[in-house]
Amino acid sequence: METLIFFLFAALAVGSAIVVVTHKSPIYSTLSLVLTLLSMAVLFVLLGAPFLGAVQVLVYAGAIVVLFLFVIMLLNVQKEEAAHVDRGAQLWTAIVGVIAFLGMFWLAFWRTGLRIGGPAPQPLTQEFVALRTVAVELFGTYLLPFEMVGLLLLVAVIGATVAARRPGAPDNSVDDLPVYASGDEPRTDPLRSGPDPRRPSVAEPAYKTKEANV
Amino acid sequence: MSAVPISWYLLLSAILFGIGAIGALTRRNGIAIFLSVELMLNAANLTLVAYARQLGSHTGQVIVFFVMAVAAAEAAVGLALFIAVFRQRHTIDVNRMNLMRW
Repeated sequence: METLIFFLFAALAVGSAIVVVTHKSPIYSTLSLVLTLLSMAVLFVLLGAPFLGAVQVLVYAGAIVVLFLFVIMLLNVQKEEAAHVDRGAQLWTAIVGVIAFLGMFWLAFWRTGLRIGGPAPQPLTQEFVALRTVAVELFGTYLLPFEMVGLLLLVAVIGATVAARRPGAPDNSVDDLPVYASGDEPRTDPLRSGPDPRRPSVAEPAYKTKEANV
Repeated sequence: MSAVPISWYLLLSAILFGIGAIGALTRRNGIAIFLSVELMLNAANLTLVAYARQLGSHTGQVIVFFVMAVAAAEAAVGLALFIAVFRQRHTIDVNRMNLMRW
């Protein structure tokens, strides 16, 4: 049963991964990546890591991929344009390079004594799967790295905000917002849409900046 | 209930990593390259979880947790950079991003 689930979701992961790298449209690539991530979450659960499976679904498929989708729709990315370099040569070079790379991997695995279809690992214990043991590791042994990862995320948020700002955009800080003096607010009632007796003339702005107000 | 040998997971992880590497090397759309990198990160995660299972240790799972956090940070910063580049050049084709090429 477990073998059946493994091969089913392994095939699903590989198939959708191939779609990720071959599909021309970024939207379909991203949606296919969701499928890959979900099937890998199943494999995580199969390996006795249900917490990581949940995190994979929530954080990866739920947050990161949605971020990708937002950016794709924001940028209105079209399909890749027609090739203007020799794509065939580039593709074959990449394939040969990856095969050489995987060969090195395989050699490394081989030298550690792992064989395809080797002995199955020990059956899962209740204690290994329990969330408590993961939490003890995460918040005990690896507490300092955990805090540092939190700091890294904070830095990433600030960096992303700064990098994505429009250069030369006005500083939307509170100081620039108009501060209305009492009774000077522009009328917003659509039912009373006659000429506003209090409508500001050019010479007399309806709002004063905070500096002028001081 | 027969458990799957760990080598199958490693083989699957290597295949996924290879697919991701081919994508990262051949795609020209910047976002597609990012997706391929995410694929490679996930393949590495699968290896770590598989070894954690084999060795009966939780260290691999904790490292996978950190890798996910770093991947989130990388995606946020990278996509923000692509937005900035798109504003300037109106494309995210990496072949046209040659400002820092020698």
